[in-house]
Amino acid sequence: MTQWSGYLGLILQGALVTIELTLMGSVLALIMAFLAGMGRVSRFFILRAIATAYIEFFRGTSIFVQLFWAYFVLPFAGLSLTPLQAGVLALGLNVGAYAAEVVRGAILSVGREQYEACTALNLGRWQGMRHVILPQALLVMLPTFGNNAIELLKATSVVSLISLADLTFQAQVVRSQTGSTLMPFASVLVIYFALALIISWGVRTLERRMARGLDGVRV
Amino acid sequence: MPAPIIKVDAISKSFGAFKVLDGLSMQVMPGEKLALIGPSGSGKTTILRILMTLERIDGGHIQVDGEQLYHMERNGQLLPADERHLARMRQKIGMVFQLFNLFPHKCVMDNVTLAPMLTKGVARAAAEKRAMELLDMVGLADKAKAMPAQLSGGQKQRVAIARALALSPKIMLFDEVTSALDPELVEEVLNVMRKLAAETDMTMLLVTHEMGFAHDFADRVLFFDRGRIVEEGKPDEIFRHPKQERTQSFLKKIIAAGHRV
Repeated sequence: MTQWSGYLGLILQGALVTIELTLMGSVLALIMAFLAGMGRVSRFFILRAIATAYIEFFRGTSIFVQLFWAYFVLPFAGLSLTPLQAGVLALGLNVGAYAAEVVRGAILSVGREQYEACTALNLGRWQGMRHVILPQALLVMLPTFGNNAIELLKATSVVSLISLADLTFQAQVVRSQTGSTLMPFASVLVIYFALALIISWGVRTLERRMARGLDGVRV
Repeated sequence: MPAPIIKVDAISKSFGAFKVLDGLSMQVMPGEKLALIGPSGSGKTTILRILMTLERIDGGHIQVDGEQLYHMERNGQLLPADERHLARMRQKIGMVFQLFNLFPHKCVMDNVTLAPMLTKGVARAAAEKRAMELLDMVGLADKAKAMPAQLSGGQKQRVAIARALALSPKIMLFDEVTSALDPELVEEVLNVMRKLAAETDMTMLLVTHEMGFAHDFADRVLFFDRGRIVEEGKPDEIFRHPKQERTQSFLKKIIAAGHRV
């Protein structure tokens, strides 16, 4: 029994790496999503072009390949990353490309009358975006952002391929050391599921909090 | 005789193949209250939206408060206005919309203070003090902390009026501001406008289907049809003794639809 708890400890260590990757990857994805999503609706052609190229490239190529590039190819260009850095970079850029389209869609979903009110009140483009459009668009983005974050969580398992000791990697270690397949894979399944539940719950809470007052009910 | 505050000169504007404004010219004197009436699609809302720079013109010139709206004078030449010129010109003009267009994520107070703080650098305390005066003027001082969704249509529209006034424009544009309201809420908005007309010397242009209100409120009434001003004059002349056949038939239809003149 003590032996099992030791192996469980290994798996929990892996879980910490997975959580770390998910958090840091999400932050990068969020930054990229807003940069590229707002670039897509920019009035400057060059910004639109850069944003579109980024989104199409990272949605159109496999995250495995992106990770291998970040870890194995970038060193040839003089940029050596630790497995964690490479993982965060690949995950953030990949999921950020999907989320950028969410940002763009949400910005476009805010009614034309809100933009017109901004003009009538003489707000600059950025002022209107920052204070009027984005706060309303954010509420539209949130549910899909929750999806993206869960996708990112599950995609973190690819880093086991560059020998980063995440949840999936540790499960395989335990399996090869104990010969037991059910225990490590069952616990990994439960942990991924629990982490996804936490993300869902967090996003829903945030959504409720942000929608407060919009429907006329003061909570 | 003072110079006109708005001078519209041979404006044309099309939406695709549809010519909304067809060589429209008009002048508005400072402090004048103008009612723009006419059938829908006649261009009366479009001219308001053009003055607020929400639509661009295809041809012609507009002068507001002595300056070109869509053109800049540089070394004696007229160039198309850039965003900075437009932003400076917009300071002179405020607009209230048919559907209020309040910011739903901000409370009443923040709706009113946002633009003065961002565009004029007014400190929060000063902006809130001014906002309270304006909310008091429109009878909503007790709703400062309410969210727009908690208000009735009439209350929303009064907040929208206060919000536009907070930037102290010289000219106020009212685009069918009571059309979306339940009948029993119309009067509270009209009362605010009457008060505004009585207490300030602001120039006011309103597009309206409230003929009774237009009659009492306006110094001058313009009847629009097919992108042109067909007839204009004092309210009594237009409403009691319209000369043009098109004005007569429009008013007849409006009265038949149950509107009071």
